[in-house]
Amino acid sequence: MEAKDLTPRQRMQIPRQSMPEQKPEIRRTNFNEVPLGYDEQTAITEADRCIKCKVPHCIDGCPVNIDIPGFLELITRGEFAAAARKIKETNVLPAVCGRVCPQENQCEAVCVVGKKYKPVAIGRLERFVADYERTHNLVVDPVKPKQTGCKIAVVGSGPAGLTVASEMARRGHQVVVYEALHQPGGVLFYGIPRFRLPGDVIKSELEYLKKMGVEIHVNTVIGKLATPAELMKDMGFDAVFLGTGAGLPRFPNVPGQNFNGIYSANEYLTRLNLMRADRFPEAITPLHCGKRVAVFGAGNTAMDGARTSIRMGPESVTVYYRRTREEAPARTEELEHAIQEGVKFEWLTAPLEFYGDDNFFVKGARLQRMKLGEPDESGRRRPVPMEGSEFDIEVDTVVFALGFGVNPLILEAAPDLKTNRWGIVEADKETGMTSIDGVFAGGDIITGGATVILAMGQAKIAARGMHNWLINKKGLDMPRELPPESATHAKSKTAKV
Amino acid sequence: MHKIVYKKELAPKTVMLKVEAPWIARKIQPGQFIIVRLDEHGERIPLSISGWDAEAGTLRLIVVGVGYTSNKMIALNEGDSILDVVGPLGRHTHLPEGGAAVMIGGGYGTGAIIPSALEQRKAGRRVVGIVGARTKELVLLEDDLRAACADVFVTTDDGSYGRKGLVTDALKDIIDNEDVGAVLAVGPVPMMRAVSELTKPHNIPTMVSLNAIMVDGTGMCGACRVTVGGKIRFACYDGPDFDGHLVDYKELTMRQRTYLKQEAKAMEVFNRESAGRTATP
Ligand SMILES: Cc1cc2nc3c(=O)[nH]c(=O)nc-3n(C[C@H](O)[C@H](O)[C@H](O)COP(=O)(O)OP(=O)(O)OC[C@H]3O[C@@H](n4cnc5c(N)ncnc54)[C@H](O)[C@@H]3O)c2cc1C
Ligand SMILES: Cc1cc2nc3c(=O)[nH]c(=O)nc-3n(C[C@H](O)[C@H](O)[C@H](O)COP(=O)(O)OP(=O)(O)OC[C@H]3O[C@@H](n4cnc5c(N)ncnc54)[C@H](O)[C@@H]3O)c2cc1C
Ligand code: FES
Repeated sequence: MEAKDLTPRQRMQIPRQSMPEQKPEIRRTNFNEVPLGYDEQTAITEADRCIKCKVPHCIDGCPVNIDIPGFLELITRGEFAAAARKIKETNVLPAVCGRVCPQENQCEAVCVVGKKYKPVAIGRLERFVADYERTHNLVVDPVKPKQTGCKIAVVGSGPAGLTVASEMARRGHQVVVYEALHQPGGVLFYGIPRFRLPGDVIKSELEYLKKMGVEIHVNTVIGKLATPAELMKDMGFDAVFLGTGAGLPRFPNVPGQNFNGIYSANEYLTRLNLMRADRFPEAITPLHCGKRVAVFGAGNTAMDGARTSIRMGPESVTVYYRRTREEAPARTEELEHAIQEGVKFEWLTAPLEFYGDDNFFVKGARLQRMKLGEPDESGRRRPVPMEGSEFDIEVDTVVFALGFGVNPLILEAAPDLKTNRWGIVEADKETGMTSIDGVFAGGDIITGGATVILAMGQAKIAARGMHNWLINKKGLDMPRELPPESATHAKSKTAKV
Repeated sequence: MHKIVYKKELAPKTVMLKVEAPWIARKIQPGQFIIVRLDEHGERIPLSISGWDAEAGTLRLIVVGVGYTSNKMIALNEGDSILDVVGPLGRHTHLPEGGAAVMIGGGYGTGAIIPSALEQRKAGRRVVGIVGARTKELVLLEDDLRAACADVFVTTDDGSYGRKGLVTDALKDIIDNEDVGAVLAVGPVPMMRAVSELTKPHNIPTMVSLNAIMVDGTGMCGACRVTVGGKIRFACYDGPDFDGHLVDYKELTMRQRTYLKQEAKAMEVFNRESAGRTATP
């Protein structure tokens, strides 16, 4: 029987196709990507599992409302590149999102097949078609639309900034992106390790943007070189988008936290991912990774810290978290990968103090056991210390992955920018505009550390808001754009990092 | 790419470079710094600015060869380029008003105090400079400093030039003889610490520029964290200038030594690479 003749019941009975991976004992010695991706036949089989619901919940489950049944249908017909293009109508970074999105809380969480069986592996298929298009050189060069003459500045080149850049370029506006680091991509490049998101995936997305006519200037710290107001007043930009993320690392505020060998996850991962300290001395930036590594926190950032450490070959890597596995914000897949690779976990444990040796290197820590008490503001049960449960460990490298604040640098340069009491920028939900006329924002800067896809979703809202704002302001002869129907009832849960 | 348009050797292993960076040159203020990365495999290292020319679009750097990257940098020549230059980073130096301002430099710090000296002088203040060095040939930029200061005192450890002794000996005399309203010290940590210890009993506001190890320079990583007045501060973002009386110098010194092992290994690589370069002309 041809696949197209399958009944929904038969479709559902096809088992969810697994994706081959590097074996844990091999991958813990290299930085190559862990999952190896589907082949063509497996992709088709997996796509055949979709029962084409009349009301596809998966679309609502996706923060950017990708036409999921549409692209799955194209896969079943073997039209992989067309499937990739279908996704790109709504999501400019499918190769990225297919790899790092928490699908288990989004599209796949509401997949009807998943009610009885396992949900369709939408994320893996998204990744497959994007990779197929890229590696078969089927990416079609963008057509440059008629130019509007409007010029916009995008500050920050993470997923939020890159999405606004592409959305605005598509509408015919001239876009200049300013990035503080020497490499664009934001957390995608300096935070998420290569074994989860290979560098060439990001680089090819950046190439595509450049082909759309987007200029990307690295090494440009906005706030220091120009304030957002100066971008508009002196540099001829009609509007500004702020997508500077939430890059401010938190420290636990305990004695001994500044000993050598103690890192924020940001520093640790930046040294490795951006500066390639794993290749020292071929790349000349150093890193201190000792024999016993302790990672504090249990979000994606912590998993990345732990899994990266494993690859540096220490004797042990242990993750300590003050709540339990249930509350751990990391994606399930990340936790599982970490466990497979030999990362150990100590739940309900918090640091009290670190000890150093004569050379000021960390050599140990005093920890304390916790128990879960009443729920806090976030609804999660608050960890409370257990009297008398203190104990000491030996450790020579520590990584803090305790969450992020918003970097105040850009806020200082725009004192009129309204923020809440945590320094998170306020942006209008429908237009993305901040308290400053013509200045828009999206991504982690308006949410605190969240996810790639949420950043992109907000960026799309801001791009539309900005476009409409420009139409008014400049009297452009273009139709105002309304939000897509489904965007209004997106109701996905989101993973915290 | 940022072209080196001028190079001058000032002392052994010490050069002055002028580097093209037009946007930064228009914006930079005294006390701010930059980060450079020489090439694709390079480390990001922070450097102070000893002057700039907004019209020509250049920054003037003083670089002392201490390890892999700085030695590689001082080996560059006019016409060569630096891959990445980012700035201005950190904050504009702020010195309280009233009385004379004493500017103290050691090593590359002598360059770093010049923009502040000029600024204070322009504001109508009496500015006194002190340069310290181990020996005569390491005294840097004396003429530049003289042009920015009403008086300049030079000290050398071995007495080969100026007064024999330390910068603090010169500072002591100045404090005894005139009303000093502010001190700025930039240089090796022991020097900044000694200066702060001297001024503290006199209650003279003293700023020091902390040379913590940095990576991004924008407050994103916390590599540069220092303890000031018992609190964590990020040298790149909150500084690099801090109240010298509140700095935990021991912690700073120890943190600067985090990578001694790797730095030694990097120097082996440097020596191999430069031997390779001279062997194949
Ligand atoms: C280690 C780690 C792992 C993660 N894993 C996942 C995951 O698996 N799945 C997932 O969905 N999410 C994950 N996240 C979260 C996700 O990466 C972020 O939510 C997302 O990157 C936010 O995008 P953004 O564009 O708002 O900001 P960012 O990605 O932070 O980008 C901001 C950019 O702005 C630049 N910038 C900052 N200030 C300035 C300035 N003044 N001038 C110019 N440029 C500036 C920064 O250098 C940076 O490049 C992870 C985060 C981390 C840290
Ligand atoms: C705000 C600031 C301003 C500075 N201004 C100047 C200047 O104008 N001229 C100048 O010659 N030097 C300056 N330095 C010091 C300069 O950054 C270091 O000498 C340089 O990083 C050494 O790198 P290396 O590879 O040559 O040596 P390495 O052998 O790697 O290191 C030698 C020593 O330099 C320090 N160092 C190493 N890496 C870094 C890093 N990434 N960031 C900071 N310090 C590091 C460490 O204490 C180390 O022990 C400044 C430092 C700071 C923080
Ligand atoms: S250098 Fe990274 S925060 Fe200062």
